[in-house]
Amino acid sequence: MSHTTEYAETAPPSDGGAAPAASGRPRGTPPPPTSWRSRLYRWDTKASPYAFIAPFFLFFGAFGLFPLIYTGWSSLHNVQLANLDSQTWVGLDNYANLIRSDFFWTALENTFAIGVISTVPQLLMAIGIAHLLNYKLRGSTFWRVTMLAPYATSVAAATLVFTLLYSWDGGAINWLLHFAGIDPVNWRESIWGSKFAVSSIVIWRWTGYNALIYLAAMQAVPADLYESAAIDGASRWEQFRHVTVPMLRPTILFTVVVSTIGATQLFGEPLLFGGNSGSKGGADHQFQTLGLYMYDQGWVIGNLGKASAIAWAMFLILLVIAAINMLVARRLRKD
Amino acid sequence: MKSTALAPRAGRQLHAGPVTYTVLGLFTVVSLLPLIWTAVAASRTDQRLAQTPPPLWFGGNLLKNLQTAWDQGGLGKAMVNSLIVAGSITAGTVLFSTVAGFAFAKLRFRFSSTLLLITIGTMMVPPQLGVVPLYLWMADLHWSNQLQAVILPTFVSAFGVFFMRQYLVQALPGELIEAARTDGASSLRVIWHVVFPAARPAMAVLGLLTFVMAWNDFLWPIIALNQANPTVQVALNQLGTGYIPDQAVIMAGALLGTLPLLVAFVLFGKQIVGGIMQGAVKG
Repeated sequence: MSHTTEYAETAPPSDGGAAPAASGRPRGTPPPPTSWRSRLYRWDTKASPYAFIAPFFLFFGAFGLFPLIYTGWSSLHNVQLANLDSQTWVGLDNYANLIRSDFFWTALENTFAIGVISTVPQLLMAIGIAHLLNYKLRGSTFWRVTMLAPYATSVAAATLVFTLLYSWDGGAINWLLHFAGIDPVNWRESIWGSKFAVSSIVIWRWTGYNALIYLAAMQAVPADLYESAAIDGASRWEQFRHVTVPMLRPTILFTVVVSTIGATQLFGEPLLFGGNSGSKGGADHQFQTLGLYMYDQGWVIGNLGKASAIAWAMFLILLVIAAINMLVARRLRKD
Repeated sequence: MKSTALAPRAGRQLHAGPVTYTVLGLFTVVSLLPLIWTAVAASRTDQRLAQTPPPLWFGGNLLKNLQTAWDQGGLGKAMVNSLIVAGSITAGTVLFSTVAGFAFAKLRFRFSSTLLLITIGTMMVPPQLGVVPLYLWMADLHWSNQLQAVILPTFVSAFGVFFMRQYLVQALPGELIEAARTDGASSLRVIWHVVFPAARPAMAVLGLLTFVMAWNDFLWPIIALNQANPTVQVALNQLGTGYIPDQAVIMAGALLGTLPLLVAFVLFGKQIVGGIMQGAVKG
């Protein structure tokens, strides 16, 4: 439907059935009242919404929903990476295997510990930074864009740099600690040091991003709430505590949920922090997360059935989080 | 002080003091320093990086290390691949999100609210949980190590659909669609001549956010692809597991892989910030 044909057809007086499709008609002319055309038009109006949403749902169904459900099916089978064609039914064996495995419980603990260490300081700092960004600032765009630079850095690039900064001898962080009179820490081998180091990468990448989300919410707080608080003699801190934070509650809940989901999926940071044995999460599995455990079992050891069971265990954890979230949200609404 | 608190617009608009600037300045330094230091380390040698104190200023090996990372580290091919992958995903996500977002925002059809709720619900399900069947499937199709294996699974996004819907609800007046409709325009014409022009600013922002996410995607690409045909993240993962045991080259790789996004942030930072903040208020 090039433009030349469109204009060409405006020249001769239109003769009913000559124009084959709606696109050949000049703009601004109503359709001739032929019945097939009006039927086509009505059909178009009815069907087009479904045609518009179909690509999204087809792709999501094929690559999102179907694999998620099929993971449950795989988890009931013995599926080996080396021999994908023979899959045998084993019932709940993979799950029984999982519950008996110390590494699974270690990974669950590590995921929880790293999740707390990375999420709590991150969100607290983000609120503080957002509060500062909400002042009238010179160069406000500059501040906002620079604090997104870590978000632009990929997990892989960021972790490679931090791993070098955290290296035991010659690393910049141990060198700085030495000025504070602290002995060098073996970040990778230490049980809590490694969790802290992995968490610090998450905190670095996401604090600025969350600060912007809080800032957006703060800017939506009606100014008269602050006015009346100020008239009541509330100090800045009291205004922050009694106006800003309560108004931010839905956003805080949203960021907590998103960060928690992210924390349960944590994978790239511990993998690359561990160097060439990264999928084990360190010699004692001291920073192996559930995501890492799934990858290790599935693609390093080669037991895809067990990896599927781990994925469904993670899915179960997400459902629990969603349920807790709904309960908290309902409580908040009642308040 | 109190008079400035009585600003007429929403949000508090007190003027920032020196403490605010100092704290923000410190935070900015912490945000940027690891990136700057990446460049410093990439300009040194492996031996120098193993010594204490660590180098604090640039050395003369940057170009040599970048070249090693580009050729031997596979970053050259990886950059091209990532451009294809992230570009395709961005095109697909923006197109399908706009069309679906328009349907949810402006068209009346059965089950529309239920389907929208399902869409929002799927935003919370991480795609990582389906990697085993995806892997089996790609192996069946003989798509392992091919770019479509990482493009198709993230070709659409529930966030994108919701983002475009929220934008079009207010940005696209219903009368405009009515007018086009009474002129006898088909749905495709409405999309092309009415919806796309109105949606363009949000499409640009969604495109930027999608490109960043697609460029940085990690778990599925390292499963689906190998060093023979890597994306940037796959190549960086290979470097990190000792493919080239030279820290300076590894840092050069990290720098190369991040550079395109940093350039995008310098050029479009304002739009990206706006997009994240818009998505937050509406999400």
